[in-house]
Amino acid sequence: MDYSLIVGGEAGQGMDTFASLFEKAIKRCGYNVYAYSDYMSRIRGGHNFFNIRFSTENILAIKDNIDILFALNEETVQIHKDKVKDTGIIIADEAVAKEDNSIIHLKLSEIAKKLNNKRVANTVGLGAILNYFGVPMDIAAKIIKEEFKEEIADVNLKALEEGYKLLDTKYNLQIREDDKILINGNEAVGLGAIAAGCKFYCGYPMTPSTGVLTYIAKHANEYNIVVDQVEDEVAALNMALGASYAGVRAMTGSSGGGFALMVEALSLAGIIEVPVVVINVQRPGPATGFPTRTEQADLRFMIHAGHGEFPRMVMALRDTEDAFYQTVRAFNIAEKYNIPVLLLSDQHLADGVTSKKPFDLKNIKIERHIKRHIEGEYKTYEFTETGVSPRIIPGKIEGATVLVDSDEHDEYGHITESAEIRIKMVDKRLKKFELLKDEVKEPWHVGDEEPENLVVCWGSTYGAVKEAVENLSDEGVSIAALVFGDIWPFPTRKLLSLSKKAKKIIDIEQNATGQLDSLMRQEALIQSDYKILKYDGRPFTADEVYRRIKEVI
Amino acid sequence: MTCKYELYEPAWCPGCGNYMIRTALKMALEELEIKPHEVVIVSGIGQAAKMPHYISVNGFNGLHGRAIPPAIGVKMANKELHVIVESGDGDTYGEGGNHFIHGIRRNIDIAHFVHNNQIYGLTKGQASPTTAMGQITTLQFDGVKVEPLNPLALALTMGAGFVARGFSGDIPHLVALMKEAIKYKGYALVDILQPCVVWNRVNTFSWYKNRVYHLPESYDYTNKEEAMKKALEFGDRIPIGVIYKEEKETYLDRFDFIKNGPPLVDVELNPLDAEKLLEEFR
Ligand SMILES: Cc1ncc(C[n+]2csc(CCOP(=O)(O)OP(=O)(O)O)c2C)c(N)n1
Ligand code: SF4
Ligand SMILES: [Mg+2]
Repeated sequence: MDYSLIVGGEAGQGMDTFASLFEKAIKRCGYNVYAYSDYMSRIRGGHNFFNIRFSTENILAIKDNIDILFALNEETVQIHKDKVKDTGIIIADEAVAKEDNSIIHLKLSEIAKKLNNKRVANTVGLGAILNYFGVPMDIAAKIIKEEFKEEIADVNLKALEEGYKLLDTKYNLQIREDDKILINGNEAVGLGAIAAGCKFYCGYPMTPSTGVLTYIAKHANEYNIVVDQVEDEVAALNMALGASYAGVRAMTGSSGGGFALMVEALSLAGIIEVPVVVINVQRPGPATGFPTRTEQADLRFMIHAGHGEFPRMVMALRDTEDAFYQTVRAFNIAEKYNIPVLLLSDQHLADGVTSKKPFDLKNIKIERHIKRHIEGEYKTYEFTETGVSPRIIPGKIEGATVLVDSDEHDEYGHITESAEIRIKMVDKRLKKFELLKDEVKEPWHVGDEEPENLVVCWGSTYGAVKEAVENLSDEGVSIAALVFGDIWPFPTRKLLSLSKKAKKIIDIEQNATGQLDSLMRQEALIQSDYKILKYDGRPFTADEVYRRIKEVI
Repeated sequence: MTCKYELYEPAWCPGCGNYMIRTALKMALEELEIKPHEVVIVSGIGQAAKMPHYISVNGFNGLHGRAIPPAIGVKMANKELHVIVESGDGDTYGEGGNHFIHGIRRNIDIAHFVHNNQIYGLTKGQASPTTAMGQITTLQFDGVKVEPLNPLALALTMGAGFVARGFSGDIPHLVALMKEAIKYKGYALVDILQPCVVWNRVNTFSWYKNRVYHLPESYDYTNKEEAMKKALEFGDRIPIGVIYKEEKETYLDRFDFIKNGPPLVDVELNPLDAEKLLEEFR
């Protein structure tokens, strides 16, 4: 079972509410949901839509075709008509594209008018569509009671009931056990940060990263978290470093442009060896690019950002569950090695709503690596075998002070110009990079054990690639995908072993130059035979990946 | 444990005003009986910004222009620390101008000592935002062509609650100012006139010495209009002392859980606390 719906219209027509109610109702029936929102960088007008897919399978990408199109305006009909399957339908209010008889026109606004609230027209539509799929009304009614304020819950309930009368039931969804949560990538990162004990998050609004800032801000008071909307992203990372130096877990985030402003401070984090977590929720660049769309073109940027040479770890987030656990892990690794850990998300993951098993908070560990007592004199940058110096919190140990310095420094943190100390300090910092090589996790392996066709990808393309590879594998194609999460230092073991037997290596990325491919060449001396690249700002659909792989194998 | 501070050998030029500022700082901290491990000096880059290296305190010597953001981070993380920013005029009013402006809006409890030598010392004598119009420098060969910035007037218009000016050549006066700034609950700006004996041949020790005068006992530092007049007085006569002071709610106090709770750094972390957040996603 696998259905898709698109609801589309102008910004401001209330699609968000419709989408979140619909997603929830379907999830409560026990189905997996994946919803992608496609929106423009404007507050009113334009064309925005949600593509909501639901299935018994664990889906993480949208399909090319849909079963139902709910058009809030005529433009939506024109744009999405061709995606509607032969068995599918288009529904709209009577006033939309009156002459078009491929549309099932419903009296949505007339009913809303009768209920004395024009704004409930979408709820009437919701009722009609839910009944079409055979979703019991009590499930939807409960959600409306939960989501709407008391004053408007009643009228929405009436609208829902009226809607249920408008369309006959075509698909009779069997009610299954609902044991999932519905969450998007930004929320999953925010939740991960809170669970990891982040007490300081600062940022400057920038789509598509703002959701992380907003999510944490919403829960800040409950969890003793300072959320600071800083004057600029330069302040953001510097401020987070100050908070972390003083002993709290700190994080900041932005999209590419904002991250660009943090670059000097990233280098500072490297030399002062203060742990910090930074997320870049990518959107297409260069510069302002496509503010509300998706791309994976900042991989090289994240790996190399910052002047000078210093260790860092870069983790690409693959889906919401991964986003949650990797965020928690990022804090632990940052504090284990006193380094910056960079998370790489994108608009596709950030705004994509997925149903997932509730995250397992019981099995999360917070590992801080902070010394509460010292013997003898304290040296911030004490030379050790591993390159990791013991960390203490300023003000907590009488007689001990912590000096961090952006200049090259000696073990005490004092400025030095000594050539000998310089070499030792550079080596000390880079030693930590060697340890990180053991810390990184190998990519996820989807598909056959010893494939003839080896797909490589990273981050949020996971969903579409996984589905395509599984379908091809079911058809008897010898194929597997390696999906990189930890990506710097670059884990090579699995890649080296699978690539030996593979006849074709296919690199799939949402960028124009194939940055993962170049990384493989650099780090593993492996080159892909084909690149499947997409850089139109729209996410891969599972079907598109399937088709494009078929073209090259 | 005593409240005695050790001093380390500075790399400043002989005769530089920074020595006097350090002496005053040490005296202020010792007289306030603050222990070295309870203080964090946050600085940027420049001659002034080397301060945390030359006195035994906790130090965060960060990036040029970026002392204020980490200082805010430190104070938010641990309200029990005394946070002091030491920075130059270029550091604070040039590269870090945006942080200066928005730092004032927060009114966080930090004492900010700006070593204002009206020049870029460390990079060898280029104009700073406070260098006078027309002054010839190692870069402005025809003289500076932009108007100088008035930091005190700017701070006042931004609503700063503590605005003062000191002079490195008047140590007892400076010690008193520093103590008052450190004790002040909120953001306290002390712009300290400091001769750079190498690069600023205009604003020399005697240039300042001949101009500065103590604000009289009768001066009402709660009167903003008077304060603005004093802030703008920078010529033949330059007033030093507390120019403006008012009690204001601090940034920390606007966060209930900080005001009435433990320092953030002491909050126990338990992942299970976040379990209930899963509910809204069901
Ligand atoms: C991003 C950046 N730009 C430029 C510099 C070079 N730089 C270091 S200190 C300085 C100016 C110092 O002037 P000021 O802040 O007045 O301090 P002073 O040396 O006079 O005490 C400059 C331009 C730098 N370190 N970083
Ligand atoms: S260059 Fe000027 S400010 Fe710097 S140490 Fe020498 S005298 Fe002082
Ligand atoms: Mg200067």
